Amino acid sequence: MTFNRREALAVAAGALAFAVTGARIAWAAAEDTKKALMDFTGGAEPQTGRITLDAPEIAENGNTVPVSVSVESPMTAEDYVESVTILAEGNPSPAVATFHFTAMSGEAAASTRMRLAKTQNVIAVAKMSDGSVFMDTKEVKVTIGGCGG
Amino acid sequence: MFSRREFLMAAVATSSVLGSGMAGRWSRAMAQQRLTEDGLLAMEGTGNLTLVHVTDIHAQLKPIYFREPSINLGVGEVAGKPPHVTGADFLKLYDIDPGSPHAYALTSEDFVSLARSYGRMGGMDRVATVIRRIREERGADNVVLLDGGDTWQGSYTAQQTQGADMIEIMNALSPDAMTGHWEFTYGTDRVKEAIDALPFAFLGSNIYDNEWDEPAFEHTLMLERGGTKVAVIGQAFPYTPIANPRWMIPGWSFGIREEDIAKHVEEAREAGAEVVVLLSHNGFDVDRKLASRVPGIDVILTGHTHDALPEPVMVGTTLVVASGSNGKFVSRVDLDVRDGRVTDWAYRLIPVFSDVITPDAEMAALIDKVRAPYEAELARELATTDALLFRRGNFNGTFDDMICEALLQERDAEIALSPGFRWGTSVLPGDAITVEDLHNACAMSYPAAYRSTMSGATLKDVLEDVADNLFNPDPYYQQGGDMVRVGGMGYAIDPKAAMGSRISDMTMLSTGEPIDPARDYTVAGWASVNEGTEGPAIWDVVESYLTRTGTVSLPENQSVRVAG
Repeated sequence: MTFNRREALAVAAGALAFAVTGARIAWAAAEDTKKALMDFTGGAEPQTGRITLDAPEIAENGNTVPVSVSVESPMTAEDYVESVTILAEGNPSPAVATFHFTAMSGEAAASTRMRLAKTQNVIAVAKMSDGSVFMDTKEVKVTIGGCGG
Repeated sequence: MFSRREFLMAAVATSSVLGSGMAGRWSRAMAQQRLTEDGLLAMEGTGNLTLVHVTDIHAQLKPIYFREPSINLGVGEVAGKPPHVTGADFLKLYDIDPGSPHAYALTSEDFVSLARSYGRMGGMDRVATVIRRIREERGADNVVLLDGGDTWQGSYTAQQTQGADMIEIMNALSPDAMTGHWEFTYGTDRVKEAIDALPFAFLGSNIYDNEWDEPAFEHTLMLERGGTKVAVIGQAFPYTPIANPRWMIPGWSFGIREEDIAKHVEEAREAGAEVVVLLSHNGFDVDRKLASRVPGIDVILTGHTHDALPEPVMVGTTLVVASGSNGKFVSRVDLDVRDGRVTDWAYRLIPVFSDVITPDAEMAALIDKVRAPYEAELARELATTDALLFRRGNFNGTFDDMICEALLQERDAEIALSPGFRWGTSVLPGDAITVEDLHNACAMSYPAAYRSTMSGATLKDVLEDVADNLFNPDPYYQQGGDMVRVGGMGYAIDPKAAMGSRISDMTMLSTGEPIDPARDYTVAGWASVNEGTEGPAIWDVVESYLTRTGTVSLPENQSVRVAG
């Protein structure tokens, strides 16, 4: 049997504090995540609400973690969700996926699977047709496993 | 809040022998004069519907000793709240007299002397009597019997028969539904075969097919009892593929999935359910949080964390019922349902004192039948113990101290790791350790005792990882076991610290030297969740140690210091 040598969990401890700070989340994120977020939002301040990120609290398999996202929106020509991006702030490259929508999409919902290198925050950001930006975040634990019961 | 202390699990065992003034005051006969079957079962009936709950029986067909934990810490919002109250604090909280039957059944206080007075608890033939009497009193048509899972695993006979012994016994009790956890460790094929043959529902709202991401099990059982429409939603242990081998059930995904439960509650109400019950293997803290977030559940029958509480914990209008483990208790919940809602309730946690409750003759015969092929082996004596052997406790248990010592010696390792399981029965000082006792502590489908090397850094990662599974302040991130038990190495732990920084002062006990993060250590352990783990079965390792040792006497375990 093999035990994977892992990064010390100091980073994860930082991430926990990060989750608690709520609205100031973007400023606490790792540099790459911050940059990816800025690139996506164009500098708009993310608000909470409207977007829901769904991911397991503890990943069963860090190599393929299911994640889904949905955004409340009338999805009309005047008011719709333009795009949603998912970022994994503890991965070597934070970008997971970006989904593009139009009013014709009917609803703004998507799901995929991602690889997570370690315990970290997963961030979903929605950009609306009026330029406003909404964000949701969830911590996903990636554990060694095997000592429960 | 818990104060800083030098942590000595073994000291508790010692004090229970030397006594706190109670030891010896209770003779078995005196104790039993105060205890009668009628007294244990007596309850003023309320309403028209009764739920009966058993959970975490762990395949204990016969009466057992099971010492409850003396250390069961809660962190964050649940610190100091039940079930994170133990010993004398528990007695005080529930106004239970020290030395009384309930003190024996519910706490670790004076365990050895009270065990000698009150005897073993549980036994499925006694459980059968309790259930039969409730059905007679309330009318069978007004009773719903529910099994919270961890029923098919935990004994020599269950392992030999892949759970068939327990399935036969439970079928005879005619439950309405069950859910599961350790059941899944028999692997996909066996689980499917067993469930297909069950004459009652196996529920798992939170189990999905991995390939198509579709529900893989029934989620809700709709019943009509006592003139009332009852919905029972089943929730299997959410972290089965993490805490146990995923490779044995590769096609199924679990998780808490509270939005699914909320949806099923709504659907059940729309379908006319007047009472909604969640039959759960989430663990107590997870269910307490869930009750605060998912509206519309009348009763959560919780399991997994093996807590026994003499009254439900109320979360809003939801009753959270904890029915213990190993057949020690049967829960009875009476509900008065009027105008489509629960207007009143009554509860009794019935302690199954095996010397007081008459065995059900038919069930006793059935138990004898399923055990008959194995009786000689079960009774075979391996050694005698001078110490009380028990497992429960957040950081240590003497049974695991013994297993770790066996791993260190038999596998010639520097450090031993033993999982923080909460099942496993107790053996009193002076008694023989039989094959049955040993297998009660390690019967499982992935018993290989590995011998490997791990760096000091990896060892710290392992301890931190398990500590967060136990002490994450958000219950949804907890897996519900106890700390991994360690032999040959000591450490300090601050449960309230952040993830990744709870463990410090890792020390080799033999030399007193600090664990070097860069050095490789020889480590022996068992129950790895990894596929292809090699080594002899843990029971063979411990049996070899026991037969060589003859008499087990354990030094005080001072290896874990609780800080913070």
